[in-house]
This record gives sequence, structure tokens and C-alpha cells, in this order.
Amino acid sequence: MSAVREGESGGKTDQAGALLEALALTRHFRIGGLFGRTLHAVDDVDLTLSAREIVALVGESGSGKSTIARLFAMVFRPTSGDIRFRGRSLREIRSHRDILAYRGQVPMVFQDPFSSLNPVHTIGYALERGLKLHRPSLSRAEREAEAIRVLDAVGLSPGRRMLGRYPHELSGGQRQRVGFARALSCQPKVILADEPVSMLDVSIRIGLLNLMAQLCESEGLSFLYITHDIASARYVAHRVVVMYAGQVVESGPTEEVLHRPVHPYTRLLLSAVPDPRAELNVAATDLGEPPRVVEPGEGCRFRWRCPLAVSICAEVTPKLRPASPGHEGACHVTVGRGVSAP
Amino acid sequence: MKSPIRPFARPGDAVADPILEVRDIRVEYPTPEGPARAVDRVSFAIHPGEFLGIVGESGCGKSTLLFAITQLLTPPARLAGGAIVFKGQNLVQLAAGALRTIRWRDYSVVMQSAMNALNPVKTVAAQYADAMRAHGYADRAAIRARSREVLSLVGIDPVHLNSFPHQLSGGMRQRVMIAMALLLSPELIVMDEPTSALDVVAQRSLMVQIKALQKSLGFAVIFVTHDMSLVGHFSDRLAVMYAGVIVEIGPTRRIFQSPGHPYTQGLLESFPSVYGPKIPLKGIPGSPPNMVMLPTGCRFHPRCAKVMGRCSIDPPELYEAEDMAVRCFLREAAHVRCA
Repeated sequence: MSAVREGESGGKTDQAGALLEALALTRHFRIGGLFGRTLHAVDDVDLTLSAREIVALVGESGSGKSTIARLFAMVFRPTSGDIRFRGRSLREIRSHRDILAYRGQVPMVFQDPFSSLNPVHTIGYALERGLKLHRPSLSRAEREAEAIRVLDAVGLSPGRRMLGRYPHELSGGQRQRVGFARALSCQPKVILADEPVSMLDVSIRIGLLNLMAQLCESEGLSFLYITHDIASARYVAHRVVVMYAGQVVESGPTEEVLHRPVHPYTRLLLSAVPDPRAELNVAATDLGEPPRVVEPGEGCRFRWRCPLAVSICAEVTPKLRPASPGHEGACHVTVGRGVSAP
Repeated sequence: MKSPIRPFARPGDAVADPILEVRDIRVEYPTPEGPARAVDRVSFAIHPGEFLGIVGESGCGKSTLLFAITQLLTPPARLAGGAIVFKGQNLVQLAAGALRTIRWRDYSVVMQSAMNALNPVKTVAAQYADAMRAHGYADRAAIRARSREVLSLVGIDPVHLNSFPHQLSGGMRQRVMIAMALLLSPELIVMDEPTSALDVVAQRSLMVQIKALQKSLGFAVIFVTHDMSLVGHFSDRLAVMYAGVIVEIGPTRRIFQSPGHPYTQGLLESFPSVYGPKIPLKGIPGSPPNMVMLPTGCRFHPRCAKVMGRCSIDPPELYEAEDMAVRCFLREAAHVRCA
């Protein structure tokens, strides 16, 4: 892994090795009603993805993690803030050709392998279309060879036999592998994987997580792995970023965050993971009610559910501050004034 | 008929009759290639106040089994055989009217998606009142009082009786469903993945609440889920299904400590943990079989790490040893020793 281990300050400017980065990324949505309220889907998020790195973006539904993926994929434009890919702002990418090139380098793998493949076309067709669009220089024979190569790379071998298959002939796990093959065929640098395994059976999931780790190794790819499952994040990711109500509440190296979580929300998440091998923490008094993201106002957005909340939490939105090298948390109580809680 | 699995009496248990006995049930769907048997000769019993977890992957027949038990199968699915004895009555032979009386009063169902199960244009109170009126309650004040009572039981402020489903969060809607299932104090509640649409924190809190209610009110639960880790702390017994059959059934703790079937072993090694050392996991290779073209012999043998010669020829029985029953030839010897 590269040298992006900024220690002290939040490191907002260019760092060597940052492949894809979000700088104070914000996306609001206007929602209906007479007074036209604003939904803060993503607020002031800094995120860095380096080469050959898997970063897990963990959070519950409504935390803004999929909005971040869509911002990175240029489906949405940011309300404010910026995204940089290899140092270049996405705002500068305007022409159709540049957008296409960017999308080829930062493709997305979707959650639902059943609806993300066209049922009336073969797997070969699905791959070939992407290749025609993103790599027009390839000849017909080269396209076929490339399709076979990526199918083999994702474990759908023999790839040649897969080309003529239809999506309905494949299992969910195989379809999701086709999703990865399709992303891979564009010669990507970063793959945005939005809950790629949550719709798959438990026995299949681990195979895809292993595939991500293997592609990171062998093809030198980076992944933004979006998930609600912190255990699977631990399994594949080098770094974990925990989101709550549109903001990053904690980020750092995976083992560090999991063993020494500083934010009360991360602690809550960890205590709720169903794990029969661990003791049951019966103090499950938190009902898991979703956060308020419509006109949230100032203050920590977790304070309504937080066991540690103090008066300042209602007044000042906590900023991410370093708790230990590379590990940051946004909490007035546990991180701050140079005191880091155990 | 071969006798179904013996109810496993554990030491210290009151020896009560099972509240529900499922015997050899088979459910078929017609397909162009012949009938697909989604549930094949499944038998088990559940005692009053017991929490039975049924786990399996998608397509293993767990939901179909649940629909068969509750007599909610809709064509083309068809109960091809077997008996479902609930409190001494065979539900299969009951007329629709008689079934309607029992349903919800004696057993109720909590469906997977509360959003689809609740009527979006009626308030919670109106839906509760419907259910109670259908069972002969006419006193409006009593209905109101009972509705408030069950909502409080699940930790929701009774003001939400006047809310419409869309005004509630996902977790609250599932709680509203569970409260509805409690309206008439049934003795058995059948739950089909009631927490799968929820976030982990909401999921954990709901599971803890279901367990607490079950302990205090004493109803039995059949809990169907695809996530084995979810029921680990909550169910008394666990049945693991694969391709339409039960491959393993026994006390939950025992299954987690020493799973008998290679499939269960594979499942347990499929989900990563947030604790302990980080170990590479393999999952289970391949994918579940097509129910129309089942493998010969043991249905799991093409994916099994411990496959032997005879696995592809003979179908194994459920071999009982001590308090577990495992559908694997590896357990045959233990079974013979015990018998």
C-alpha cells in the first residue's frame, strides 16, 4: 500500500498516491412540501482512496453511503465540495468523451445482480457492449478474447463457454461475478462496489469478497466497498470509513477501528453484529431508529441516540480529529482535547 | 408411514405434547420439466414456548415450508402429502372456515416485508380492529384498549395507532406487525425473515425484543432466516434446510459448537467475524441445485468437501444420535451405536 497514512492533520490537499478523493463533498436534495425542505444526504465528507487499496464505507441505510458511490460515478453532481481522480477535479470533466473515459476507469458494480443484467441478452453481449463503448480500438476478435479473459479472471471459467449463456442460466453469485467482469473489462483503476454481496446467499458471499481481495492483489485495483456489514468490511478492507446521517463519524485502519472504536455509533454497530461466537450483549436498548437528515441543523447528528451526549453535542457539529495515527473520529466526548478514550 | 423425528425431550423440560407436529410434508410446484418438489418429506415438532430457527439459503424451500405450515400456499404450489397437526387437529383436512377461526387466534404469521403486509391506506388502529372484529370482538373500547396494549408491548408509543404505515420507520413497521401478531395471544407465531430488511442495530434490538416477549408471554416461535448467525443466540433448536430437505436439526448451541452436516459446517465457515483472528474463509463452492434436476443421492454431494463414493448413489436418511439428527452418511455409524 502506498504512503497515504496522513497522521496528524486531516490532510485535505493533494497527497501522493491518492487515486480518488472526495474533498468536503456535500450533496443535498430538495424534497417536496410547501416549504421546500432540504435533505442532507452527504455532508462535508473527506475520503481518500489510494492505489491497491480496499476502503470499506460502512453505514446503515440512509447514511449516505450509496449517494457517495453515485457522486463518484458521476450520476449526481456534488452540491458543494469536490471529487478528484488522479489529481484532476471531476468538475473539469465535461465532454462526453472524458466522462466515458472516467466511467471506464471508475466503474460501478451494483447491488442487485438480478436486475443489473439484461435478461434477453447473453453474457457475451453484455461484455461486448461495454468493450465497444469503452475500448473502441479493439477488433472483434480482440473483444472476444478480452471478454474471455475477464470472465476467467473473475472465476467464471471456462470463459468461452460463459459467453453464450443467458443471465437466467446463472446463479446470483455467478451473475454478480459477471458484474465484476464487466467492470474489469473497462481496464478500471477503482471499482465502486455498492453492496455487491448483500443480495447473495451466505455461502456465496465469501467467494466474492475473496475475489475482490484477489483482484486488488493481481490486477492492482482499488475498491470502494460499500456495505452495511462491518464483519465483511473487516474481512476485505484495509481501511474502514463509518458513516452516520451523511457524515463520516470515524475512519482508520480496519483493525484499529474495530478494536479501538472511538465513536459511540461505531461501538453501537459493533455490539449489534450478529455473531454467535461472541457473547450476547443484552443491553440492546437502542431501537435502531433512523437519523434525521432533513434540515438536521447544527450539532452532532448521533446525539439523540448517544449514551455519552453532553450539552456541546447539541450546539457544535464535531469535526473529525485524530485519535491515533491514521485513525480519526468525530466526537466531542471521546476524541478531542488531545484525550483519546480507550 | 415412517415415524417422524422424535421430539427431543431435554432434561428439565416439562414433558408436554408438541403444539405443532409437521409430518412428512411435501410441496410441489408444477414446471414444464415435471414437478419441482420444493419441500420434500420434512418432519419436525415444536413444543409450547419453544423457539425453533429454520435456516437455509434462498430456494431451499424454507419459505414454502412456512407457507405450507400456515396453510397459505397459493397455486401453483400444492401440498402433495403429509400432515400438519396443530393442537391435535390436522390443518390439512380443515375446511376454510374452520381454518379462519384458528388462524391468528391460535397461530399468527409475521411476514418478511412489513411494507407489503400492512395496508398502506389504513391506520394501524383500523388494521388491528379488522383483525379483532374478524374474530368476534365487537366492543370498540376493548379493541382500542387491546391495540394500545400490544403496541406498548413492542415498545411503540400508542399514539402511533393513528399513524399510517408510511409514517413509520422500517423497524417500527416490523414492530407493528409483531404487535398485530400478538393481538389475540396466539400460542404459536410463525416469522418469515422479519428482520431481513432492517439495519443491524434495529435487527438486534428487534430480536432481543422478540425473545423477551416470547419468554414473558410464552408463545412458541418458528423463525425462518437465511442468516444463521442471527438466530444463534435466540433459538432453542435449529433446523438447517438444503434443497428442500432438513439436513440437520438439533439444539442451537450444539449445532454451533459441533455442526454435524458438512453443509452446516460450510455455512458456519462462511461468515466473517468481527472478533478474533482474521482467518481466510472459503465459503461453499458451487451453488444450490436446480430443484427440477436434483443431484442423485445426497443433494449436497456436488458441493461437499467430504464426499464419498456412495453419496452420489444413495440418498442419506436423517440419522439420529443423541439429540441431533443429521442427514449424512458420516453420522450413520453414530446412529447405529446409539440405537
